[in-house]
Amino acid sequence: MSELVPLLALADFFPRGILPYLIGGLLVGLGAATIYLSTGIIAGASTFLESTLSYVSDVPRFNRFKYVQSRGWRLVFTAGIVSGAAVYVLVSGEGMWTTDVQWWRLLFGGFLVGVGTRLGKGCTSGHGVCGVGSLSNTSFVNVATFLAVAIGTAQLVQALGVSP
Amino acid sequence: MSSESRSPWFLPIIYVGGLIFGFGLAISGMAKPEVVLDFLQFEDFGLLFVMGGAAIVTGIVFAIATRSDRTAPLTGSSYVRRVKEFDRNVVVGGSIFGVGWGLSGICPGAAYASVGIGNLPILWAIGGMFLGAYAQGYWRSRQADSDAAVAPSD
Repeated sequence: MSELVPLLALADFFPRGILPYLIGGLLVGLGAATIYLSTGIIAGASTFLESTLSYVSDVPRFNRFKYVQSRGWRLVFTAGIVSGAAVYVLVSGEGMWTTDVQWWRLLFGGFLVGVGTRLGKGCTSGHGVCGVGSLSNTSFVNVATFLAVAIGTAQLVQALGVSP
Repeated sequence: MSSESRSPWFLPIIYVGGLIFGFGLAISGMAKPEVVLDFLQFEDFGLLFVMGGAAIVTGIVFAIATRSDRTAPLTGSSYVRRVKEFDRNVVVGGSIFGVGWGLSGICPGAAYASVGIGNLPILWAIGGMFLGAYAQGYWRSRQADSDAAVAPSD
């Protein structure tokens, strides 16, 4: 029985197990690596926001050459992400799924994510996966910052009794 | 990398890469805000394996590719690392992103994947992200008046 104790402690930290997270992470890396090895492009998910805005806005910032030039393939990349998740729903049999997190948290949180990733030059995939994979000090600082602030924010929201 | 020099396989391979990326986000649960919030509230540390696993794969691939003098087959681009210049915005932007991520449990790639798992309420978050990206782009274009001389493309 005593050898079960560390396993139980581990299960406390990982109530859904480790495998889906690890497989998912390896596939996220594999997706980025597929694009990188064939095209040399380091694909982050958040530049899609700015480059797509160039279709509908004449604000100069969105119409810089690098955004206008990349907006086509960024749409295709995002369509790939959406379909990849849809394929997962089809093959896993888990079915469609919707969140219970309240709409105002999604909207205001999303707004801040939009401001923050663009100001901070990247998001969880750009800095967190590709930047960290590049051993970039800028990305390490960005990831440490957003992780610490996000943990503080989520704990505060929870302490205020906002749920879900 | 001009569009003329692109292989016809360019867009298909981008799509396939996105497909694997999105499948990974879905299987990891990161496309669900609840799973991200559980991580940030110290109730489930599984997300460490998502970011860690992904960064280890890209880290190995980047390390090997940048050591070779080959170029990418579909574009002829050389392999470089993702190293962005550090400035104050990296910390300020990271902090704002952190508040948003902690409030909503959603980041850009995971939000797109969430659409694919049928999560329509996530459109609130995606709408918010576009508004936020627009607000900062508008504000920074105003800040840099000299850039306003650049003609929009369409």
